[in-house]
Amino acid sequence: MKKIFARPMSLRDIDTHYCAGCGHGIVHRLVCEIIDELDIREKTIAVCPVGCAVIAYDYWDFDCCEAAHGRAMAVATGIKRVQPDKFVFTYQGDGDLAAIGTAETVHTANRGENISVVFINNAVYGMTGGQMAPTTLVSQKTTTTPLGRNAAREGHPLRVCELLSGLASVAYLERTALDSSGAVIKTKKALKNAFLNQLQGKGFSLVEILSPCPTCWGKSPEESLRWVKEEMTKVFPLGRYK
Amino acid sequence: MNTKILMTGNEAIGEAAVRAGCDFYAGYPITPQNELTAYMAKRMPQEGRIFIQAESELAAISMLMGASASGKRVMTTSSSPGISLKQEGISYLAGAELPALIVNIMRGGPGLGNIAPSQSDYFQATKGGGHGDYHCIVLAPSSVQEGYDLVFLGFELADKYRLPTIILGDGMLGQMMEALELSAFSSQPSAGKKPWALTGCKARKPNIVKSFYMHEGGLEEFNKKLQKRYRQIEKQEQRFENSHLDDSDIVLVAYGSMARIARSAVDALRKKGKKAGLIRPVTLWPFPFDIFDNLLRKKKKIKFFVTEMSYGQMLEDVRLAVNGRAPVDFFGRSGGGIPTVEEILEKI
Repeated sequence: MKKIFARPMSLRDIDTHYCAGCGHGIVHRLVCEIIDELDIREKTIAVCPVGCAVIAYDYWDFDCCEAAHGRAMAVATGIKRVQPDKFVFTYQGDGDLAAIGTAETVHTANRGENISVVFINNAVYGMTGGQMAPTTLVSQKTTTTPLGRNAAREGHPLRVCELLSGLASVAYLERTALDSSGAVIKTKKALKNAFLNQLQGKGFSLVEILSPCPTCWGKSPEESLRWVKEEMTKVFPLGRYK
Repeated sequence: MNTKILMTGNEAIGEAAVRAGCDFYAGYPITPQNELTAYMAKRMPQEGRIFIQAESELAAISMLMGASASGKRVMTTSSSPGISLKQEGISYLAGAELPALIVNIMRGGPGLGNIAPSQSDYFQATKGGGHGDYHCIVLAPSSVQEGYDLVFLGFELADKYRLPTIILGDGMLGQMMEALELSAFSSQPSAGKKPWALTGCKARKPNIVKSFYMHEGGLEEFNKKLQKRYRQIEKQEQRFENSHLDDSDIVLVAYGSMARIARSAVDALRKKGKKAGLIRPVTLWPFPFDIFDNLLRKKKKIKFFVTEMSYGQMLEDVRLAVNGRAPVDFFGRSGGGIPTVEEILEKI
């Protein structure tokens, strides 16, 4: 019988620690599928974040490095500069990339480091239990905005693609979502672009992925997908930014 | 024959790093070590190595983490407030067992302090600095030549024990010019000696570089392993210089630039017929406890006099070493003041 669907070779066969309906599992798999398709597993070095994906290296069957919270792109810079022939990517959440690591994000992009960045935006700090993220929507309730994010006090959601799109050294920016099968396929295509850019030496590429977090949003997995589509994309329009 | 040239301490440390096979340097401007960063910006590309001016000290030390995890020799340099920021990454380097050389050309503190020479980061360097149960090897040069030489040793020790090593200098050493004998380029460690490095999992299982141990007992087990290594370092790597210990009634204890002044004080005391000697710790961690022990076993009537550009930081280690067996006096200044020979003689 012909095999038409299988686990990617780069993805280990272990139980998931992610919650039901979480987007991380999908993106972990997409990353592995692309690495297999491009046949770059043996030259891949991933930088794992602090956040829910801190143990991404338990799932991924290639070399991985830890980074302090927010410093993934600095670590990736160090790896890529001394090993320019390797494929180096970071995988980061919104708190990591857009709050504590904002300086690293802006300056790694501005140096045009030839790395790929996978940015999971789920509008909340997941691992620490659901605090306000820089990308939390106005009026969205979190443990640290119990009455909802108040724009007058906490500001508006930080839009990373828009922020970085003004930088001359950035090669590629795209925002996608995980709210449907079609959206997942588009996400895979964007990630592949970002990975290929690095292999072709084009420079800094980042894909922002709007991703569901049913546990911290207090919604069912199905409601969460709807919320990504109906609420998040209003604030974070999908598409190519650079 | 080796060349002898005139160089500042900052430049000498930079040239030593280049010759010791430093592959990667990341830094951020801060006085009084700016000449060192500028020197690396010029020299590293000449040798085909990597120099990055980072956006912050936080980024610089994390860049080092990536390059070190790749199996390369890495160095960063800064001064006191910048080193405080680097403590985050230093703790991660220690936790991930990554070698790195970190140079602190100390200035006055606390806070923004000033840019005058100081030795008030002794606690930070020798007692951990960042979070967690760890140590860095700390080397304290007292001349431009020694600053140069200790870079080679620092890289070797960092590689041998897989930990961050600190060179603790001060603004005086960094800015001062002295004659320096340059040595040949040393061969770089081969990648084969670092089987843990992240180089892509070709023909081997994937490597993970991390300091995160969530499973029960995992971190305790790891910390025990680190502690065992620290005990070994304490036993094997104590370094110091001494003079006149055989017939001394009073032993001055000082490190780094301050030891030069203490040496002059010892000479002045000897001229007056006083039996004075000197212990100059070269490794501040591991602190050279054994020399104190050996001395106190041989001599019953002796006293110690510690002098620092701080209000008594190394003093605490000297007191631990002496452990109540002899009097320990102290004179120190910090915040820009440097103890003079006259002041030391007056206090003794």
